[in-house]
Amino acid sequence: MIRASKFLWALNRPGLVKEISPAASRLQSTAAQPAASEREAQKAHKMSKKVEMNKSFVMNIFRGAAMTEQAIPYPSVLSDEQKETLEMLVDPTEKFFEECNDAAKNDAMEKVDDQTLEGLKELGAFGLQVPVEFGGVGLSNTQYARLVEIVGSHDLGVGITLGAHQSIGFKGILIAGNPEQKAKYLPKVASGEHMAAFALTEPSSGSDAGSIRSRAVLSEDGSHYVLNGSKIWISNGGLAEVFTVFAQTPITNPKTGVTKDKVTAFIVERAFGGVSHGLPEKKMGIKASNTAEVYFEDTKIPVENVLGGSGNGFKVAMEILNNGRFGMAAALSGTMRYSIKKALDFATSRMQFGQRIDSFGTIQEKLARMAMLHYVTESMAYMISSNMDSGSKDYHLEAAISKCFASEAAWTVTDEAIQVMGGMGFMKEAGLERVLRDLRIFRIFEGTNDILRLFVALTGLQYAGGHLRELQQALKNPAANLGLILGEGTKRAKRAIGFTNGGTIEGIHPNLNESSLLLGRAIEAFGYTSEGLLMKHGKNIIGQQFLLNRLANASMDLYASLVVLSRASRSLTLNLSSADHEEKIARVWVNEASDRIQLNLTAVKSSVSEKNFSDLETIAKELCSNGDIIAERPLGI
Amino acid sequence: MSLRVLVGCKRVIDYAVKIRVRPDKMGVVTDGVKHSMNPFDEIAIEEAVRLKEKKIAKEVIAVSCGPTQAQETIRTALAMGADRGIHVEIPAKEMEKLEPLHVSKILAKLAEKEGAELLIVGKQAIDDDSNATAQMTAALLEWPQATFASKIEKTDGTLLVVREVDGGLETIKVKLPAVVSADLRLNEPRYATLPNIMKAKKKKIVKMKPADLGVDTTAHFEVVEVCDPPSREAGIKVEDVDALVSKLKEAGRI
Repeated sequence: MIRASKFLWALNRPGLVKEISPAASRLQSTAAQPAASEREAQKAHKMSKKVEMNKSFVMNIFRGAAMTEQAIPYPSVLSDEQKETLEMLVDPTEKFFEECNDAAKNDAMEKVDDQTLEGLKELGAFGLQVPVEFGGVGLSNTQYARLVEIVGSHDLGVGITLGAHQSIGFKGILIAGNPEQKAKYLPKVASGEHMAAFALTEPSSGSDAGSIRSRAVLSEDGSHYVLNGSKIWISNGGLAEVFTVFAQTPITNPKTGVTKDKVTAFIVERAFGGVSHGLPEKKMGIKASNTAEVYFEDTKIPVENVLGGSGNGFKVAMEILNNGRFGMAAALSGTMRYSIKKALDFATSRMQFGQRIDSFGTIQEKLARMAMLHYVTESMAYMISSNMDSGSKDYHLEAAISKCFASEAAWTVTDEAIQVMGGMGFMKEAGLERVLRDLRIFRIFEGTNDILRLFVALTGLQYAGGHLRELQQALKNPAANLGLILGEGTKRAKRAIGFTNGGTIEGIHPNLNESSLLLGRAIEAFGYTSEGLLMKHGKNIIGQQFLLNRLANASMDLYASLVVLSRASRSLTLNLSSADHEEKIARVWVNEASDRIQLNLTAVKSSVSEKNFSDLETIAKELCSNGDIIAERPLGI
Repeated sequence: MSLRVLVGCKRVIDYAVKIRVRPDKMGVVTDGVKHSMNPFDEIAIEEAVRLKEKKIAKEVIAVSCGPTQAQETIRTALAMGADRGIHVEIPAKEMEKLEPLHVSKILAKLAEKEGAELLIVGKQAIDDDSNATAQMTAALLEWPQATFASKIEKTDGTLLVVREVDGGLETIKVKLPAVVSADLRLNEPRYATLPNIMKAKKKKIVKMKPADLGVDTTAHFEVVEVCDPPSREAGIKVEDVDALVSKLKEAGRI
């Protein structure tokens, strides 16, 4: 206690205040240089902004806090009626895919069979989340996730055709459209009469979506925009009638009179004219899905078709992608289930060396790890969909993590399933090589995993930074903010003397107490490391991708640990027959995740890692200058 | 002349499930096992709905006798296009002892009560393979019957039905009202679409008990034993036809 108060007094020394929060001062140094008094005013304004309370677990771990409100207990968001409805929909959907869809054939033909496509339209699969009054099935996110799981386990090519259509293609109209736009477009896309596509990517703009060059200029009479540009790799590009297109539009600021290019989202119909597309791209996987370049030449778009307000295109694009991301984790859970089933069927019948191969430790580890990855993904998918259904807006980081995790897990699981099956797995007949080829793109599109990791790390750090600023502000006026200061002081004092406060997470079943403790500690260490990074680098942390990636990986392991503990706790509490099995999965996961987190956090701080990263950076630079491998050949020839 | 059609549909163990005999050898395992509508009944429902689409039928009523879960079967029928449903409640335990005669009496009473002019059922259920309900119901109602139908055509007040029999195809003319049992090649049932499944939730299902129809479900049969068929034994190869003949004689087969 004495040590704590000494530390607290130390916090109060003016000189130390600056040391603790260099972030704020550095923020100013890198900004543009308006007049000094204005700068002071800006600074005061920034400092006084209260950081909004966010319910996202991932956001809050960056400040070392365990915000578990959305995760514990594991959400059960379906009403009895919704559950009943879903039960009625699952079997017919399964039946359709088993009997009317031939994934191998679709892959070989490089298109979805015409009859199957018609069947899907009749089934209602094109408007699963469109409200019933517009002719859709009106499913909630959670119900949609369950059906999309079925698609994922049967045919990812069809999955992308459907997903590009409704998950992103016309999702903008659903979430940002005005009543007129909804009434005009939703019925035809819900029935599948018109297919939809999402047109953002251009040859020179992939991850850097803000740099797109397509332009839409308002006509003299203000009645329409004229759109010119080319988009590439547009799923359903060759089939769609309705496009959500993003283009730069000159926007004049009413206050300053300055005109700048800002991205605007538009609903563009092929019928507007000037819309053409290229031949279907030849791809590694999801061959059945049509991917094509789409060209807009002097396409006239009525002003009524601006989506979400002019200049808001980037925001609309991000909202659409955020909104659809959970679907990927759901679909890929289905895919993993399929791959795991194949591996299990094989491992439990194949005999070698006089034994069934599932009696060998190597195979057992593969199978168990596959099931673990599936369990995490499935748990994430339904937790996020449930949070969204409950009206939460604080799920974007979780959704990003789930996309990264699911796409990488599915790849690993299917790859390992092929390995378990040995030579058989490599053969088309086994039905796994197609799945692996289909899966590769999932780590790339809809936000590359690399970008998403940076997004998670930077958004979390920004939030933590906001809280640090709040603390600094509080220190300036200690009397008024004693509560905050004392709280923080105690926290830091405890850290400084090595006492880990991270108690167990509330709401976890007693059987998983140890795991809960591990998670609590890991969260605290994570928060400490994040803050440390902010204090050391300030705004320059943006450029430290080697570090950000490790932070992101740790955050993924933390979220994954949380969801499995939550789900396993629920199963144990409900006494489900699989509760013991789930408990084991959860425990192993958290044990191993905890180790990985420690490794990643150490790497962020250690000087050895720092040197490694610096060397890696140099190696890369040299390679790029050389354009080829640099090390001289061993033989010199 | 627009018909009111009554269609019987039974909830049975799904055709793809591997059947297992219960340890007490008095039946098969049904707990937790996937059930669905009897495939021949799906064909019957499909035919009725098609008659409605051709404006030959004005109303299709789906009937199922069974425990609470039979309602799922009726909902499937509603999703395929039936207008309303009737659920005759039979508790699960009694379901095991329910006989074609009981079901026939129930269907006959319902046909009269609802004023049906056509009763279509699947030719047999894939669990007991009785192939008796359609025939008995017709007899109870004193209606003509057209069983194993592979094609149905309406001509004035009669039905022209092509039947699949052992000798080939037989075409008969039956006066309405009549009982028809559906065979495999009558049609290919449609897939229930998701929007139709949602709409089906709003269609009415009326519940009743056999007693309400004055039907007594006391069993006339007693199941003595249920067991697996004997496992297939290895065969033997013979050198020539003579050896084959002598082996067959030895086994008492010829």
